[in-house]
Parts: sequence; structure tokens; C-alpha cells
Amino acid sequence: MFQYIIRRLISTIPVLFGISLMLFFLLRALPGDPAQVIAGELATEKEVELIRNQLGLDRPVYVQYAKFLVRIVQFDLGTSTRTQYPVTKEIAPRLLNTVILALAATVLACLLGIPAGIIAAVKPYTTIDMVVTAMALFGMSMPAFWLGLMLIIIFSVKLKLLPVGGSGGAVYLILPAITLAAYLLASIARNTRSAMMEVLAQDYITTARSKGVRERMVIIRHALKNSFIPVITVIGLQFGSLLGGTVLTETVFAWPGLGRLLVSSILARDYPVIQGAILIFALLFVLTNLIVDMLYAYFDPRVRYD
Amino acid sequence: MTDHPAKTAAAPESTGQEYGHWRIGLAKLLRNKAACFGAVVILIFILASFLAPVFYAKDPNAQDIRHALEPPSLQRPLGTDELGRSILMRIIYGGRISLAISISAVVLALLVGVPFGLISGYFGGKIDFIIQRVTDVMLSFPPFLLALALVSVLGVGLKNTIISVGIAGIPHTIRITRGCVLSIREQVYVEAARAVGTRDGVILFRHILPNVMVPIIVNATLFLGMAIIFAAGLGFLGVGVQPPAPEWGTMLGAGRSLLFAAPHVATFPGIAIFLVVLGFNLLGDGLRDALDPRLGYE
Amino acid sequence: MNNNPLLSIQNLKVHFKSFEGVVLAVDGVDLDIAPGEAVGLVGESGCGKSVTALSILRLLPKRSAQIGGSIIFAGRNLLEADEEELLNIRGNSVSMIFQEPMTSLNPVMTIGDQIAEALVLHQNFTWNNARRKAVEMLDQVQIPSPQSRSRDYPHSLSGGMRQRAMIAMALSCRPKLLLADEPTTALDVTIQAQIMDLMLRLKDKLNTAILLITHDLGLIAEMVSRVIVMYAGQVVEEAPVRELFKKPLHPYTRGLMGSVPKLGQKFIAGRKQLDEIKGIVPSLQRLPPGCRFNPRCPSVIGKCLEQTPAMVRIETQRRVRCWLAESVE
Repeated sequence: MFQYIIRRLISTIPVLFGISLMLFFLLRALPGDPAQVIAGELATEKEVELIRNQLGLDRPVYVQYAKFLVRIVQFDLGTSTRTQYPVTKEIAPRLLNTVILALAATVLACLLGIPAGIIAAVKPYTTIDMVVTAMALFGMSMPAFWLGLMLIIIFSVKLKLLPVGGSGGAVYLILPAITLAAYLLASIARNTRSAMMEVLAQDYITTARSKGVRERMVIIRHALKNSFIPVITVIGLQFGSLLGGTVLTETVFAWPGLGRLLVSSILARDYPVIQGAILIFALLFVLTNLIVDMLYAYFDPRVRYD
Repeated sequence: MTDHPAKTAAAPESTGQEYGHWRIGLAKLLRNKAACFGAVVILIFILASFLAPVFYAKDPNAQDIRHALEPPSLQRPLGTDELGRSILMRIIYGGRISLAISISAVVLALLVGVPFGLISGYFGGKIDFIIQRVTDVMLSFPPFLLALALVSVLGVGLKNTIISVGIAGIPHTIRITRGCVLSIREQVYVEAARAVGTRDGVILFRHILPNVMVPIIVNATLFLGMAIIFAAGLGFLGVGVQPPAPEWGTMLGAGRSLLFAAPHVATFPGIAIFLVVLGFNLLGDGLRDALDPRLGYE
Repeated sequence: MNNNPLLSIQNLKVHFKSFEGVVLAVDGVDLDIAPGEAVGLVGESGCGKSVTALSILRLLPKRSAQIGGSIIFAGRNLLEADEEELLNIRGNSVSMIFQEPMTSLNPVMTIGDQIAEALVLHQNFTWNNARRKAVEMLDQVQIPSPQSRSRDYPHSLSGGMRQRAMIAMALSCRPKLLLADEPTTALDVTIQAQIMDLMLRLKDKLNTAILLITHDLGLIAEMVSRVIVMYAGQVVEEAPVRELFKKPLHPYTRGLMGSVPKLGQKFIAGRKQLDEIKGIVPSLQRLPPGCRFNPRCPSVIGKCLEQTPAMVRIETQRRVRCWLAESVE
């Protein structure tokens, strides 16, 4: 198991390089002069020249890339052109908020989605199954940001139960978490259902029953662990969508997170922040994929000998 | 016996069987009520998009401030927005935009993704390695963020929205195509074709491509829905299709500040998105169930 | 038949609901097994033998299968037993082993745990004690280094070893009856012999009755004392094993015997092919009128096309379902 972890970690390194490469060229891909862009529109010729020198934009590309990497490793992501604060300072507190939101949404999605999928699988083609399947389909077809707006209309405008947006306590987390969780919940319910149904049709379930294992035990002890693997796959795959969704959800609810920062910096053309935010998002995603793979190996012993 | 027994054995297995395959799939699909409903929804969507200028000859962007923010009424069935424009009309015209975006983006993703996936899967080796590493990197970005990043570089507007959403769909397309090619490549009839001396290009085209079609079609259908959501997301944030164009997401973005005063402005475009995407999802699922060779013939 | 059978199946009928309608997979099967006896159930795929076995433990899907008739085990009709009784019997007094050891073992549970489970359920062992007993059982089925093996997962074992583990699992609670559904079909021929030996030895040791379901006549010859032949959902012949081989009465049985190549069989000049039974097994939804075997029967007479023959007793231990057989009574 340990070896598997090491191997997985090592295989992440080229991907990290690739990400940094992509981001590096992102900035260079802009039409026009990057130094000008970074300096902002109001800078003078001299200031632009200074920045060009500072950033080493007059050096060959590979040198620039090397310097870029070095700076990243030192946690230096540049300076925001809007606030003049270091990018890391802008990102750090907001990153925490986004992680909180993402975790809340994931937990919510699992707590509701997995049981729903299991129940639907154990009683297939009954009313409850139809309901679960239909709701899952709806959840996957709805744009999350629209759901958020609808929730605001219902709970904030009409019922005046919950705040419209912002932060400052658990109550502000409720609607954003539900909104963000919707798609993942639907995905999880669907995949748990189909995974469970497949597992229940397997021979070893018949064997377990032939030993006199109670049906509830059959599901818990024999079926569940086997169905987790596809479910974890789905969580891993969809977590990317979740992270992407934070951008929209945070905007709708004015949640002070990384997604909202990214949007406002795109609108303001604050490229160092854009670059930094995207880098952090990508790193988060890679990290989650690693964790998902670890969970895989825990649940399915066959994977460890990959 | 005849000259090329292997060749004649190979062809029916991969091309002759298909026609029956498609027909059976179609029959299965028509029996799936949910999928038919989805197909109908999409048909309505497409028809409305094309026929809009015929029935609704007025300019959807024409303002009429006297009637601003009216709730739904008989004259204006879905109400008006902050500039007095009929929301119903804007939604119908917005459908044209969404249709254009989703089709173009999906076509872009397919045109780039499928060939790369085919090459990567079929030839293997160094080419496969390189393409896969690049795909890995692209996939380490959440797809919507990828689109967002591209938009921040390329700029806003319809064309860039299409490009960004299309590119965001490329890595997934490559993965799926490659996966399918890998499993087909090992089939005996491909070996047989090779053994007879068929050139790689011909093999790719005649044997592998038809069999890769099924998952590609299924995924393309599902991606059509996704593309609409992505485009709407970009529009909502203000970095997609720009106002006054009636793109659904952009309309939602405008409606956001009106939640208290006029909730209907934000509600209806979202319902439109929901219905259309639901249609694509139902159809895509139905296609998968109907055409999936693993499920066998009924 | 034996006066006090361990298991007595009477007029078993099993209906399956499917898209195309209702199918009668098992049509009036009678079957008795005495304590400690090994009985073989023979027939082609689809003749209903597996369904018969699964009905005994009521392992058929509740939604699509309807069972009629009676299955008396140790004085109780299993088809009328409630959930608790069934759970008590399964794995305890009646066990089952299956054809594919690859898919019949839970891939994410250790072998030891899977064996121990039955002990914990039925014999009030604690998990620790049960695991220890499981190691003993693995030793009894001749798996080397049972201690470390019991902590392995099924995928690290070979096919033969997996089947041994299944046997250990099934016999752990010393059942009175073991249902073995094609236990060696998925194994190599050399391993088959070992597994059969093992089963015979354990049967004698534990005095367990065995219902051996197979399509392999060679296995039947070695393993059981009595044979029941099934065709298209019905029993067509029953006889002690030697008699069946010496003098098969039903044309189907004769066809089966004839189609097995035998060592030393002389080639009749001009004929290089094995004898086969012409035709194919009829679909259960389109059974021919009269005797189900009549389209393929080389000895068919007019009556066969009109009426389905009833089961007749020929000698004390032989029964046959054929118009051409003479009855004892």
C-alpha cells in the first residue's frame, strides 16, 4: 500500500510541471506586451521598462520559465495589479473559504446521495426508485447558478429565512453549499444506484445469501464495499466540476472565496491574480485526485498491485 | 477457397453487423419513453430556433422602457425585463445562440479530440505517451475553469465563448476515443485485417472508426447539454456572450440584481436552459442504453 | 425409495416472469435424497437443474420467480418456511457451492473472513475464534500455508484453491446436505480430479449428503450412487449409477451416453464422428406437444407426439418418463 502511494506521488510530478508550463504560456499568450499588461494601462514607458526588466522578459524563454518555477516554489506568485498586494496574500484567506464551501458541499452530497442511490438500487423500479432517478436527472440538468438564484428567491426573498449572500457564520453557508452540492449529489445518487445494482447481480452476493446472511448484512458487509469504487470514481471525476462550480456559486452568493476572486480579477484583467488563482485550483484538483486514488486502493485490494 | 478469407471475414463483422446494430438501437431508443421525450424537447428547441424570425419578426433587443419589468401577462407571456423587452421572445432568440454555441463547440471538440484520440490509441508508443501527458495536464484543470482561463486570454464574445467551451471539451473527448480504440484494437478482426496487409489508415477508417462512433455519439449528445451550461455560465459571469444579445446565461446575469423586484427575469431563462439540457441528457442516456453493444441485442 | 429421506422434493414447479411472458423452467420435478447419499442431477444447460437447486434454498429472485410444489427438508416444507427459518438453514444445515469460484467469492473480503462468517452466524463463534477455525478448515481442504492464506484475498488464489476455499466455506458448519452446482466445470481437468477426491473424502467424513449438479457424465460415474436425468424442465430418468450406464432406458440418456467419447472405442469403419443427438433443446416457450423429446428422439412413435408420458417406476430404484418403457406395476 505504501509503495502504491509513493508511486502515485511520483507520477504527479510531470503533471505539476505541465500545469506550470501551461500557466506560464497563458500569460505569454496574451495579445500585446505582457509587461505592459502587467504594469497596467496607466503605467508610463519607464515603469513598463522596469517591469520588463524585473520580470526578466528580455531574457530567453526558458530562462523566464526557470525563474517562474523558482518563484512558484518560493510561494511568490507576483503582485496584484489592482491592490498591489502580493498575490499569495490575496489568495490565502479566500482559499480557506472556498475549501470550506467545497467540503461542505461534498459532505452534503455524499450524506444525501449515497443513501438515496442505495435505497433506489435495493428497491428498483418502485416509486422511490423513480423519484430518486428523476431527481438525479433534474439535478444534473440544472445550471447550478440558476438553482442558486431560485433558492435565493424562495428562501431569502419570499420566505425571508436565509440571507442573500455574504459570509459571517454557518447560516451563510447553507444555501451556497446546497447549490454547489446539487450536481455532485445527483451524480453520486445515479452512480451509487447503478453500481449497487450491478453488485447485487453478482455471484458472490448469491453465495453470501446461501450462507444465511441476512439481507441487510448482505448489503452492508458484501455489497457496499464493492460499490464504493465506482462511487469514489465519480466523486473524483466530478470534483473538478465542483471546483469549477465554486466560481459561479460564490459569485451568486457573494461568498468571499477563490472563485469570486478569480472572476473579479478576470473582469479587471488582473493577470497575476488570475494566474495564481488558476494555479491553486489546479493544485487542489490534483491533490483531490491523489486522495481519491488512495481511497480506491483502500477499498479495492486488487488495485494495489497495479 | 477465395483469395482473402480473412478480409471477407473481417468486413461483415465490423460493417455488416453495424447496420443491423443501428436499426436495433433505433428500435430500442423509440421504446424508451424518457429518451423520446428528450428528443421531442430538443426538436422543439431546434424548430423554435429556426422559425423564430418567421413568427417573431421584431427585434428581440428593441427596448420599450414604458413596459419595463412587467410580470407575466397575456400580451407578454413571460413578462418583460428591465429594458421592457419581452422575455419570451428573448428566450426564443436566445435559443438560436445556445444552439449555435453548443453545436459549434461540440464540433470543435470532436474535430480535434477524435483524431488525436484515434492516433493516440491506435499507434501507441511515444505519440500516445506525449498526447496522454498533455491530456493529463489539460484534465488537471476543472473544465469550466479551463474555459474561463481561455476566455480571460482570448477575450469575451460569442466567438471566444465557442472556442473556449470547445477546447474545454477536447481532453475528455480524447480520453474517451482513446479508451474505445484501445479495446477495439485488440479485437481479432483488426488483427485479421492487418494480417492481410490492410494499411493503417484504412483500418482506422473502416474498422475502428465505426465502432468508436457509439460512445462518441453518446458523449457528444451529453456534451451538447454541457456546452450550453458552460456558455451560460460564462455569460452569467459577464465574460461570455455580451449584452444586448439574449444569451440565456447573460440574461440570468442581468436578472441577478432584480431578484427582489422582478424574480421572473431570472427564473425563465433558467427554466429554458434546464429543459433543453434535460432533453439532451435524456436523449444521451437513451442513446447509451440503446446502442451500447455490451448490453447485447434484445 | 428410502423411507426417511433427508430431502424430498415433490412436484416442484418454477415460473419465471420475463419480457416475453411467463416461462415454466421446472415442470413437476420429484427428487429424494437420503442422509449421507450422493445423488447426481444431470442434464444440458437450461434443463432446469440449477434452478431446482436454487429453489431448495429459495435463492431465486423473488420478483420474477414463482415456486410451486413442496420441498421437505428434515420434516419442514422449505417453501412455506419463513425468513428466520431459511436464514437458519442456509449455510448451516444446507450449503451450496457454485460453478465459478472466480466470481462467487467476494473480492474485497479475505478468504478467512468469508469462511468465518458462516461460523459466526450459525455456531455462535466470536470472530477471532471463527477465523482460527477457518484456518483449520483451509487445512482440511488441503490449502498449503493456511494461516497466511486465510488473510489473502480471492484474487491471489488459483481457481482450484478458490474452489477449495468455497468448499471449506460450505462445509464449515457441517451441513447435512451440500448442493454442488457444477463445482468443477470451470476448472482444469487435473484440478477437477483433486476437487472431486476432496469432496468425496469430506462427504464420508462428515456424512454429508450431496446433490451434484453437472453435465459431465464422467463425474457422475465417479462420484454418486444414484443419478437423475433432466430434460427441458422435467425429470426423464432416475437410476442407480451403475444401472444407468449399463442400461440407459430413456432415449435421451442413451443419446448422452453415446455422445461421450470413450477410450478404446473402436472406430466403426466409415464413421469418424461422435454420435450426436440430432436437433437442439427446445425453447421453453415453444415446447413441442406430447413428449418434449419427440423432435429429437430416434425411437419416436405416434403416441409420443400426442401425450406427455408420465413418470413410471420400472424397478424399485428406477423410474423413466417414456412411452416405450414397461412399467413394473
